[in-house]
Amino acid sequence: MRRTPTALAAADPGPAHTIEFDGRPIPALPGQTIAAALWAQGIMAWRRTRVNGRPRGAFCGIGACFDCLATVNGQPNQRTCLLPAEPGDTVTTQEGHGRADLAV
Amino acid sequence: MPTSPSESKSFDLAVIGAGPAGLAAAVAAADRGLRCALLDAGARPGGQYYRHPAPELRAARPDRLHHHWAGFAELTERLARHRDAERITYLTHHHVTLLEQAEPWRLHAVTGADGSGLARLRARAVLLATGAYERQLPFPGWTLPGVVTAGGAQAMLKAGLVLPGRRVVVAGSGPLLLAAAVSLTAAGARVPAVLEAGDYLGYAGRPAVLAAVPGKLAEAVTHGAALARHRVRLRRSSAVVEAHGTDRVAGVTVARLDRQWRPVPGTERRIDCDALAIGHGLVPQLELATELGAETRLVPDGTLALRVDAGQRTTVPGLWAAGETCGVGGAELALAEGELAALAIAGADTVPAALAGRRRRLRAFAELMAAAHRPGPGWTGWLRPDTEVCRCEEVPVERIAEAVEELGATDPRTVKLLTRAGMGWCQGRMCGPAVACLSGAGAPGPDRRPFSCPVPLGELAALPELTGTTGTTGTPEN
Ligand SMILES: Cc1cc2nc3c(=O)[nH]c(=O)nc-3n(C[C@H](O)[C@H](O)[C@H](O)COP(=O)(O)OP(=O)(O)OC[C@H]3O[C@@H](n4cnc5c(N)ncnc54)[C@H](O)[C@@H]3O)c2cc1C
Ligand code: FES
Repeated sequence: MRRTPTALAAADPGPAHTIEFDGRPIPALPGQTIAAALWAQGIMAWRRTRVNGRPRGAFCGIGACFDCLATVNGQPNQRTCLLPAEPGDTVTTQEGHGRADLAV
Repeated sequence: MPTSPSESKSFDLAVIGAGPAGLAAAVAAADRGLRCALLDAGARPGGQYYRHPAPELRAARPDRLHHHWAGFAELTERLARHRDAERITYLTHHHVTLLEQAEPWRLHAVTGADGSGLARLRARAVLLATGAYERQLPFPGWTLPGVVTAGGAQAMLKAGLVLPGRRVVVAGSGPLLLAAAVSLTAAGARVPAVLEAGDYLGYAGRPAVLAAVPGKLAEAVTHGAALARHRVRLRRSSAVVEAHGTDRVAGVTVARLDRQWRPVPGTERRIDCDALAIGHGLVPQLELATELGAETRLVPDGTLALRVDAGQRTTVPGLWAAGETCGVGGAELALAEGELAALAIAGADTVPAALAGRRRRLRAFAELMAAAHRPGPGWTGWLRPDTEVCRCEEVPVERIAEAVEELGATDPRTVKLLTRAGMGWCQGRMCGPAVACLSGAGAPGPDRRPFSCPVPLGELAALPELTGTTGTTGTPEN
């Protein structure tokens, strides 16, 4: 059998639900965080930095680095490595600090 | 003021962190009749070591993601019994941001997966079991997507059943690299190489310390055999000196290092990959305690840990610590220290000799391990002027060099003020060790930041007036 994370843990998740990432539908397994759902699709970047406009995605995976920030359902600066993906969530690539009017 | 149901409650003990140390402490304290609150920022118990898939993923074999799953199962069973008996109140998604030293202690936490709620509670004693995060040393290209921390790759795999790529180079230093490489290959990734910057020679000089922890040796042998089976090459005294790619890592340049971790010219070669998992050991997470003035000690790997006595007491009265907060040493040590702390807090007259012995042996091994993987000063040899050091504020090496050489900064704090390195979202968790090294400071100083994570403005507004950080009594609250 092909070695995969799901096979390794003998996981039998229910059917994937769908979230939207920059306008495109992305499957997410029940219980996965947004960052995990994006990784599963080979998507590694969902933010552009404030100073140099460079792409970033999840780095530490445990909520410590804040590199995985994205705009989720209109809310900027959400740590996607901690936030479970809920059916119908809309995730958009965050530009800079995510809001021009307020500091975090 | 928003409150949580726990606010009105006062506990005998509040345990912060539900990893091996915190779990062991909470159940042992509850066994002795203490009423405990167990708070954790995460959704599930287990901490970094016993991280496991969300229940919705219905993993029949979570044990394959770990060693020692049986131990965890036993702990969670005891936790469930104590919860049913209302001896333990287990609060998930409670990130403690501030400890107010008073009689009793007051704990402030932000709650919810998105950190939008607030909670307070009171407790007569507090145990800090907040674990560690990974130490990172920068190198050209380390901000590229696809470059992830070794522990992060482990965490995302264990919790979300995902991989950062198909061909994943693992590099840095410390035993976590081997664990990560084994998990990644077991889950189907190809690991072309594991690069350990240290040389493992540090272990050889202390055979007695090694012989006293046969479990650790067996673990190393198991990891080694698993890597050999998957034809993963382990190279000592080697490091990734650059990651290549435009929007995502496509390959890395590796080089041999001398004893000082200086890259040896002419030894560079390229390895293609679509992800890199990197880490240079772990840094204890202490800010809730150092903010109160708790004394620290310098661990042989160059990190700071809380100074504790035989009963796991910190130097702040009423504040205990266990696990990685007392120096990185692995899950088994964390379990022993959690139990020891609980016994001391419960006022036990004697400590089981076997337990104390286990802690002593594992602590000695931890110190040996820390020394063996301590970063050598030569790592700065792989930096370039434009290499980003602070990921949040995008501060390159040359700006830090300017602050030190031209503006006269001699310590990380001044560098931070002059360059903003460490002032961004992560508050220096990612760049702190590197900035300290580049600023020429020897040992790091303890953190004195008022909050352990970014806090919504509403939380600040709702706080009772704070009375300084040195341990004076907080304003009484109704
Ligand atoms: C990312 C990462 C991955 C790791 N993977 C492995 C591995 O695969 N194998 C291995 O042998 N070792 C691993 N380790 C090492 C492992 O951390 C230790 O061996 C062991 O888990 C230490 O136990 P602990 O209880 O001291 O801390 P931890 O297990 O780290 O537990 C600390 C807990 O405290 C919580 N916490 C932290 N701060 C707060 C706060 N302010 N408020 C509320 N809760 C808080 C955290 O959510 C966490 O659950 C890893 C470490 C890290 C950082
Ligand atoms: S990946 Fe570091 S905070 Fe989410």
